[in-house]
Amino acid sequence: MTDTLSAHMFDVEFQSGPLAVRQALAQVLDGLKPLSLDVEETGTIELVLAEALNNIVEHAYPEGDPTGAINITCKRGEKGLHFRVTDSGRPMPEEKLPMAVQADVDVDMFDLPEGGFGWFLIQDLAKDVDYAYENGKNILDLRLAVAMGA
Amino acid sequence: MCNIIQGFRYIMELVSTTNAGRQIVTVNEARIDAAVALSFKEGMRSQTEAGAKIVVLNLQKVDFVDSSGLGAIVAAMKAMGKERTLALAGLTPTVAKVFKLTRMDSVFPMFQTLDEALSNLT
Repeated sequence: MTDTLSAHMFDVEFQSGPLAVRQALAQVLDGLKPLSLDVEETGTIELVLAEALNNIVEHAYPEGDPTGAINITCKRGEKGLHFRVTDSGRPMPEEKLPMAVQADVDVDMFDLPEGGFGWFLIQDLAKDVDYAYENGKNILDLRLAVAMGA
Repeated sequence: MCNIIQGFRYIMELVSTTNAGRQIVTVNEARIDAAVALSFKEGMRSQTEAGAKIVVLNLQKVDFVDSSGLGAIVAAMKAMGKERTLALAGLTPTVAKVFKLTRMDSVFPMFQTLDEALSNLT
């Protein structure tokens, strides 16, 4: 899990908000440009980070709470890209990662899920997903196995 | 509460046409994500309320759908009810991947192109 050669690539910091996630993702993709990733790799990174960031906007800084900062750090190592996403909002329930379950789609049309896909997508697409709540901060670490062998 | 309500109300651009009784709704935007999921759902409701039995959602211009967008597309299908069909056409690879990973590709009739959808849905 440790990737000793990891080198810092970029940071993105922004204030939580429904439209802010788009801008933050655009900045991340911009920061990844030097790696010349293919469309599929870029799409995977964008999806995983979108799910993580939307979760923070919705649950760590819910409507009614003051907004706050979200920080994304990207490092590149032998095993791919290491992202750390931090915020100072509400912790995850029980300060643990939510269960990532693939929703059952073999059900009556009206019982089909309309949400809850986010953590499943993160766990399915990212490696070494790790979460901690420390000193009032949510810290989410994850690795994407792209641009390996730096 | 105010940070969302005071922000501008995003209206999703959906364009509707008909072809031999089938309705085609084209998403003229690159993203169906959390920022527009609600607007998409409402837009689909008003576009499809005329009651066409077959609606093809043309996603050719969409290069990103997150789980909120996926949920909104599922909601649009449910709102149409069981007697009608919501088919998806023109999924870009990244969008197709979200449907495949969540197995929602087994729920919707899916076609590579709009032409293919129209020649298969009658």
